[in-house]
Amino acid sequence: MLSRIAESLFWIGRYVERADGTARILDVHLERLNQMPLAQQRETSKQLLGVMGSRPESDDIDLSDLLQALAYDRSSATSIAGALGAARENARRARETVSSSVWESLNTTWYGLTQHRKDVVGTYRFCHWVVERTAMVRGLSDTTMSHDESWQFLVLGRSLERADMTARMLTTHDVHAAGLSWVNMLRCAGAYESFLRTRRASFGDQQAAEFLLLDRLFPRSIVYALSDAEKCLTQLNPAYQRVGFINDASRIVGQARTFLEFHQTQDLMSELPEHMERVQKACARASDAVSRTYFSQADELSWVGEVS
Amino acid sequence: MSELFADYAAAARKTPAFDEMFDVGHLPRTEYGQVAAALDELNLADVTARADSMARTFLDRGVTFDFAGEERPFPLDIVPRVIAGSDWDVIERGVAQRVKALEAFLDDVYDKMAVVSDGVIPRRLITSSAHFHREVSGFAPAGGVRVHISGIDVVRDQQGIFRVLEDNVRVPSGVSYVLENRRAMAKGLPEAFGQQHIRPVEEYPRRLLAALRKTAPPGVEDPTVVVLTPGVFNSAYFEHTLLAGLMGVELVEGRDLICRGNRVYMRTTAGEQRVDVIYKRIDDEFLDPLQFRADSVLGCPGIVNAARAGLVTIANAVGNGVADDKLVYTYVPDLIRYYLGEDPIIANVDTYRLEDAPAREEVLDRLDELVVKPVDGSGGKGLVIGPDASKAELEVLRAKVLEDPRGWIAQPVLQLSTVPTMSGGQFSPRHVDLRPFAVNDGDEVWVLPGGLTRVAMKEGSLIVNSSQGGGSKDTWVVDGEVRGPTVADTPQERSVVTVRERTSVWPIETNWQDKQSEQQQQ
Repeated sequence: MLSRIAESLFWIGRYVERADGTARILDVHLERLNQMPLAQQRETSKQLLGVMGSRPESDDIDLSDLLQALAYDRSSATSIAGALGAARENARRARETVSSSVWESLNTTWYGLTQHRKDVVGTYRFCHWVVERTAMVRGLSDTTMSHDESWQFLVLGRSLERADMTARMLTTHDVHAAGLSWVNMLRCAGAYESFLRTRRASFGDQQAAEFLLLDRLFPRSIVYALSDAEKCLTQLNPAYQRVGFINDASRIVGQARTFLEFHQTQDLMSELPEHMERVQKACARASDAVSRTYFSQADELSWVGEVS
Repeated sequence: MSELFADYAAAARKTPAFDEMFDVGHLPRTEYGQVAAALDELNLADVTARADSMARTFLDRGVTFDFAGEERPFPLDIVPRVIAGSDWDVIERGVAQRVKALEAFLDDVYDKMAVVSDGVIPRRLITSSAHFHREVSGFAPAGGVRVHISGIDVVRDQQGIFRVLEDNVRVPSGVSYVLENRRAMAKGLPEAFGQQHIRPVEEYPRRLLAALRKTAPPGVEDPTVVVLTPGVFNSAYFEHTLLAGLMGVELVEGRDLICRGNRVYMRTTAGEQRVDVIYKRIDDEFLDPLQFRADSVLGCPGIVNAARAGLVTIANAVGNGVADDKLVYTYVPDLIRYYLGEDPIIANVDTYRLEDAPAREEVLDRLDELVVKPVDGSGGKGLVIGPDASKAELEVLRAKVLEDPRGWIAQPVLQLSTVPTMSGGQFSPRHVDLRPFAVNDGDEVWVLPGGLTRVAMKEGSLIVNSSQGGGSKDTWVVDGEVRGPTVADTPQERSVVTVRERTSVWPIETNWQDKQSEQQQQ
């Protein structure tokens, strides 16, 4: 398949997952933010923006600025609307490769972005709608596209972004003065029920973080997402090696996953920021490595002399 | 008739144009019988609801054209344009004949120019055409076809006779709307489909792919076909994605291609892959910066040399523009007689060649009655309709014509035929044209039944281009009525309905344990 199209698919995967993750995070935090005194609300909003990777324009931002930056700002790729717009734009460029139902659902989503009230209550509905629409896009791409190379790129992008998003979710734990309660942290990831069923006796921050970080069976946990990404990379380059990996991306993702899996600690919570930092860096480096390997070949238009 | 047609007869009488749906007595023509019956059942609310739902589907599916950087849905009217099968057969033969003649003409022009030495067409007319490209003269394209895809624009004059308005053998666009319109109409006006046979259009992509594969360079066993698009900002980008998708081939941009040793490759995730046939959807001028515009970033350097070496097929061939030059158009009937030894099946529109002094003088005297067109324009650019133009515009035009008589032609104002179109809460007559699409695989010219009908949405307007507020209609070629349901003669032939085992369910409601517990819980 064309490198340009592969790149578009990879980014569709990332952007859709990013919109989903951001909507989940925003939904849960909005609830907390509403209950805070104004000064604290400002401080927390600023930190939350920082975690999500967008730089606030001025020092004093209020709730509506936060909503604008994380939900409705179409010009920024970290907001929900921006990510969905970018996903749709990529799908438009790869339209003959994605199935028409995937394209249509992204296109309809994009047209639906404007149909929401941009206040706090409207944003709850908006977040819910985004979670639904992105689930639909994922479902359609899984059931209507062949699971060939093109789909693998889509899933690769999705898995890397998912690991990154869960890392951000866990990082936002520290944003609130008293810490985000572990119940909310799990709700962010939609993991509350699954967690309750696995951990019969011990409930607490430590266990919740462990679940989102290390669980081998929960799809939004970092270890699960990273091993998904590894599987895609193997499928994309199935050449078997006796020693090591040729593929940079495989090595980076594999290292990050094994580091988490084999790491032993007494106090996960105090090490959490460090872990999250490492995961996010690994995702960014893996993404770069993928684009070096598959997407960018001889960037400029070049004329190669005639040899005949 | 329904109240939606209340003012139709009066409006139709205002223009001398031929109305395709109603005859002079305001009765629907035979081919429109089914459509008239279906529309008769609808009131304004029905029509509006259906039109809205069709427009919404187009927006969701992204059936749009790019206008000044903005995606706009292409308006589709709910009343189809119907052409009787017998009329269509004539158009079909006429279009095929024309394509064959133009094909022969192009082969000749880029080779020996026998047509010039035999005195059919003046040499200076060809060499002064803006689209006569010396870069591609002196070689036959691989696969032997130059006009793979063509759109021959046809209009119906006041008497209802079909005439050719212009030829498009460079990059004719619009076929995607034919395919999408039919899909939308099947849902928008289902009542009209049942009782008659409408010739299908969905085989177009298959025919196109077959023709492209057939004209691949000789010796290639399983040719790789690609569609070359200028990119997402082109007005016809939707069409490029649709055709590539329906043919199941890659949609490439210039930057995806690379030429090496007169072979063309595309950059894929598995390295470079050889390309054999390129369905070119960009203008010749942008195709190859080595041969044409050096500042083009849309094309791929070296592609013309690869075609010259016979290692890649470009469809349509480079340099075709000389055949749809509007001054060459005036010679096409002669070309048909010269190359094919046949009489033209569809006539041209009468046209003045402004290089002839007497014709020029007559035209300059009557500028306010005629349509004047630039010879190399497309999409209605630069065209001046005399009766609608202001004095100042006509003076500017006069100066332009005197300066460059080779650059212009003049035609009488043609009252294009009208078809009922939804507008302002009722149906009223609007002018239409027709673009049938032809696919040439070297042996046979296949004409897509129907083609694209474009309609001017403004009352009285004769300009149907989408960039100037035109819409479209689904075009049906209808072959009489389907006879009533065929009853099988013998019982054996009657289809047998097989009933499968009942679908598996978990029988909660019949499970005796559940039953019992239900009772005890109450």
